[in-house]
Amino acid sequence: MDQAVQPQAQAHVHAPPEGFISKYVFSLDHKVIGKQYYGLALVAVFMGMILSWLMRFHLVWPNTKVFGLELLSKNGAPGGVITPEYYLSLLTMHGTLMVFFVLTNAPFAGFGNFFLPIQIGAEDMAFPRFNMMSFWTTFVAFLVLVTAFVIPDGPPISGWTAYAPLSAIGKDAGPGLGWGQTLWAISIALFCIGQLLGSLNFIATTLDLRAKGMTLMRMPISTWAWFITSCIGLLAFAVLLPACLLLLLDRVAGTSFFIPSGLVVSDRLQNHSGGSPLLWQHLFWFFGHPEVYIAILPAVGIVSHVLTNGMRKPLLSAKVIIYSMMAIGFLSWMVWGHHMFLSGMNPFSSLLFSFPTLTITIPATIITLIWLGSLYGANIQINTATFFSLGFISMFVTGGVSGFFLAQPSIDIYLHATYFVVGHFHMVMGVAAIFAIFSGTYFWFPKMFGRMMNEKLGMVHFWITLIGAYCIFMPFHYLGIAGNVRRYASFVDDFMPGLMPLHKFITIAALITGAGQLVFLVNLIHSRFRGKLAPDNPWNGTSLEWSIPSPPPWNNFGADHPIVYHDPYQYGVKGAMGDFVMQTSPEKIENEAT
Amino acid sequence: MASTTQAMQPLRSAVGVSATTSTAERTSASGIWVAMFAITMSFAAFTSALFIRQASTDWTHLLIPKVLIGNTIVLILSGFVLESGRRTLLASEGGRSRGRALVVLSLLLGVVFLGGQYLAWRQLAAQGLYLATSPNSSFFYVFTFMHGVHVFGGILALAYLCWHLASNRMVRRSLLSGVATYWHFMAALWVYLLIVMYSRL
Repeated sequence: MDQAVQPQAQAHVHAPPEGFISKYVFSLDHKVIGKQYYGLALVAVFMGMILSWLMRFHLVWPNTKVFGLELLSKNGAPGGVITPEYYLSLLTMHGTLMVFFVLTNAPFAGFGNFFLPIQIGAEDMAFPRFNMMSFWTTFVAFLVLVTAFVIPDGPPISGWTAYAPLSAIGKDAGPGLGWGQTLWAISIALFCIGQLLGSLNFIATTLDLRAKGMTLMRMPISTWAWFITSCIGLLAFAVLLPACLLLLLDRVAGTSFFIPSGLVVSDRLQNHSGGSPLLWQHLFWFFGHPEVYIAILPAVGIVSHVLTNGMRKPLLSAKVIIYSMMAIGFLSWMVWGHHMFLSGMNPFSSLLFSFPTLTITIPATIITLIWLGSLYGANIQINTATFFSLGFISMFVTGGVSGFFLAQPSIDIYLHATYFVVGHFHMVMGVAAIFAIFSGTYFWFPKMFGRMMNEKLGMVHFWITLIGAYCIFMPFHYLGIAGNVRRYASFVDDFMPGLMPLHKFITIAALITGAGQLVFLVNLIHSRFRGKLAPDNPWNGTSLEWSIPSPPPWNNFGADHPIVYHDPYQYGVKGAMGDFVMQTSPEKIENEAT
Repeated sequence: MASTTQAMQPLRSAVGVSATTSTAERTSASGIWVAMFAITMSFAAFTSALFIRQASTDWTHLLIPKVLIGNTIVLILSGFVLESGRRTLLASEGGRSRGRALVVLSLLLGVVFLGGQYLAWRQLAAQGLYLATSPNSSFFYVFTFMHGVHVFGGILALAYLCWHLASNRMVRRSLLSGVATYWHFMAALWVYLLIVMYSRL
């Protein structure tokens, strides 16, 4: 892997920004763009969280008024009471906002944009204009999506997976499936374009703009994770984009890619023939499963990076983590059918998809064992970033273990349409990735904004979130095994009354945990303006981002181009500054592998 | 991008094409190849959709307009002309005006190709075959339109290159090779789509 070192370009890729607009709005600076992505994700996550509150509230108090909701949707919440259809709208928008605009935007596009160029010693991304276009396309995609809330039709009810033919027919299929669904498809198509531009940038930057001495194996694990994720994203979004275009054609041009013959909906025969609803599922999940890794691999990278710092010793093997991430990236293309065991797909195909799904647990397990094994003998630092990293491992393991069950078609057939799956993916993909986002935020905030976050508030936030997340999502598994179906707006069957107390417990936990996030928000905003000024290297870190001022200047490294002498995790060694040696320090380290 | 970096590249005599490999050139080359991977993946998705969709009973073959053969020849010819222009610009002393003429010619051939594609649509429409008429016609329009969009992007890039050559500015080698690589890719992609359309639609 070691490649000849490559000299840096001699001049900066763009001029210093002047004026408010070019500094903060249409900025070419990867750091500003990273913050913009992070800010967008922050708005989206609070919107998504409020939607989940509304859903949880409706599930346990279906006839109770939600104050002010009728102002948002007269049809969806007449008199403030959520209709079953509007529940599905909330579900769709919650999933779409969270998966696309939070789990993709924050750990990958947000932190990746800010830190990937710095961690490899580059002055900016390879194509700053494309980078700017990437964010603003994503921003327009967000606006198009949330417009669905205010149009008379309302947001779509077909779920974040937009299964055809429901999503392809039009307004006959239900509220929100007219203009609402069209806006959804346009939004996701735009989002794909934004992510394709971003992935292209990440790949070219990593391959070509590394500083002198920054060989591929000297890149931090976080950079490797962003790089591998961008390779996955490039191919995944390149498939979802055509799928959305075909969906749009079915909706507005009368084609029949996904709509079968003889379909009668709302007592009307649909004027389409021969389309395949399964085709949409194949195209969507061919993107959709890699999307899970687009969310989780940057989280793995961030956690590995933060945890190594928090343990003050190297991981048992950073290389094996990198190779395992590559294996996960590769295998992610072979498992999409495990979302479709119930779809009517040939059962033999289910078996074929089951094998690679079980296989993909091997590299994930290896990564986890390396983290856990590395903890032995570690000098764990008591700080919020490290704790959130440990919390991530906990969530990743708890959510991952249920994946072993779901990978087997015979078990999945029983559990697939139940809350068991909801619990599984929320823990392993949703909450785990959000723990990594929090970990990255507490760790990198001083570098991003030049001020420290409040550690006491951070710890309060950590414990509320950890306990809350378990209280919300662990019971989901029990509900699922008990046969509690998902996607239903309310439960009236005979077997449900016995489960209602548990649902109430979950709802109360969700309300408290959600409110607990205000602690984070207050900390974030307060620290941004009033936090203690951050030194350049508050955590005694080794990688390149800690070798420059907090916050970094517009051209990152100024006139001095960094030269890299060591691998990124020289912790637990005798260095001139303490128990670590920075990548840019020319000092010799005993027994360092070259 | 990297305007100051380009300015430092040595000129190669009167041709005005930068000669050394700079960081900007490497990133441009990577960018083009990465973009081509993504485009390939998109068309692979369209093709997979076609393979799954053709299992339906309403799959009725259509006659691919003959004009596509002519269009194919025009696009491939355009590629050869551009390649000849690129080599002229890189190799010969004082070959800038000849090279420029060849690049302009390849651009014009690209425009002719798009015009030819439009003609093919008109011919299909004259037979009563529109976008939503049958799955075959749907795929024909989708394939040709999506390819056409990408060709249009290539034409814009060629126009940008021509403008650079016409204004006697120094032309980065990466711009020249990037545009040429993309343009050849468009021709190869079209040949692939033509084979798929002839064999399946």
